[in-house]
Amino acid sequence: MGVLKEFWHRLGSPRWFYAISGPWAVAFGLLAAALLLVGCVWGLGFAPPDYQQGNSFRIIYVHVPTAIVAQSAYMVMGAAGLILLVWRMKLADMALACIVPFGMSMTALALFTGAVWGKPTWGAWWVWDARTTSMLVLLFLYIGLYALRQAIPREETASRACAVLAVVGMINIPIIKYSVDWWLTLHQPATFTLTEPPSMPPEMWLPLALNVVGVYCLFAANLLGRLRVEILRRESGTSWVQQLVRSNPA
Amino acid sequence: MGFSAQFRRELRVMARTSADAVNPLVFLFLGLTLFALGAGTDPATLGAFAPGIIWVLVLLATMLSLESMFRRDFDDGTLEQLLLLAQPGFVAVLAKIAAQWCFSGLAMTVLVPLAGLILYLPASAIPIMMLTLLVGSPALSLLGAVGAALTVGLKRGGVLLGLLVLPLYVPILIFGVGAVSEYMAGVDVAAQIYWLLAITMLAFTVSPFAVLAALKISVEE
Repeated sequence: MGVLKEFWHRLGSPRWFYAISGPWAVAFGLLAAALLLVGCVWGLGFAPPDYQQGNSFRIIYVHVPTAIVAQSAYMVMGAAGLILLVWRMKLADMALACIVPFGMSMTALALFTGAVWGKPTWGAWWVWDARTTSMLVLLFLYIGLYALRQAIPREETASRACAVLAVVGMINIPIIKYSVDWWLTLHQPATFTLTEPPSMPPEMWLPLALNVVGVYCLFAANLLGRLRVEILRRESGTSWVQQLVRSNPA
Repeated sequence: MGFSAQFRRELRVMARTSADAVNPLVFLFLGLTLFALGAGTDPATLGAFAPGIIWVLVLLATMLSLESMFRRDFDDGTLEQLLLLAQPGFVAVLAKIAAQWCFSGLAMTVLVPLAGLILYLPASAIPIMMLTLLVGSPALSLLGAVGAALTVGLKRGGVLLGLLVLPLYVPILIFGVGAVSEYMAGVDVAAQIYWLLAITMLAFTVSPFAVLAALKISVEE
């Protein structure tokens, strides 16, 4: 407990976070590259074709990981928003700003790959089924956050406004998901659940698992990288950043 | 100021600036007319789509009425004083939301028979349509107030407000339209009504605090 508490307090210091996060960003980046490379090559090239869908099913190796991480990213953002509102932690403020572009692009990618898969499988680029619809709403939620930040000139105000919106959105997402499920469902049930053994053979789901873990590593690497840049930008007036810049001339 | 004093003040202000209160209702009927013109006037088709059309227009009209919710008080500084004075702050916020609801959600609920009439909504479905609006529309005002509070300090908040608020309205739309459509198909709809009530109760517990936080952020700007 003590270690966690100390870590929590230290997170309040962007300078400390900048100092320790460099190696982590690189490690997550390398891990993500390795996992995604193996997962994609294995999944797209060597996994056996599906007995019904043939080769078109292979898009799940991109579709499922991006869709999962897009939703997780919003939840992380909601948590960051709550931390910002309660403890006014600078790092949470920066995280809130840094997650939006990643989450938005992952949601868009999930929707796009879903459409590509839908054409041969369902015979239409777009079908109003439960999960495509809730991903579309998620995309609108991301766009709303992005637009709100753009609209408010002062950075600190913008962050806190976005934090309120992210928290309200986080509470709403499960309700939206449930309501859309209720509304209509054509989609096959979730490919992965933690509680049941997968129905696919291992040579089909292993690459998928690698890609899911890989895309989470990518999320971590992306977030850490963006955070580091954001820290330098926002703290550019402080002496430690200026010292850092002076000691590392470009 | 307590809840009732604040609530009466809001109602009085609303009644005296009647354009802000009436325009969204006019918009509702204008929208219904445009839908009828665009979708054709075949009674069977229009009647089948009527629950969806009415609900969507209620969402949009509510969104329009949200714009003016805090605007006037923000511009003349009343809002700042209110946030300083009101103890506890969320009571004043609730009073404002309640007053806004009286002129949007409640007024639209009362007008539903008329809206249903011109869209050929079967007469038997009108009571259930009113019921869904009555239990669902408070959530529209409560959630919408968060968006209104976040954008009140911005010069051009209108489109942004829609972008922030409409995605949050998705569950209310789904259960509201679902209840009426399934009632028309002869299915029991208690579940959807309970869901609407649950969403309203959740919004009632969470959103006054979110609105208060958002107003403080906007006022500090």
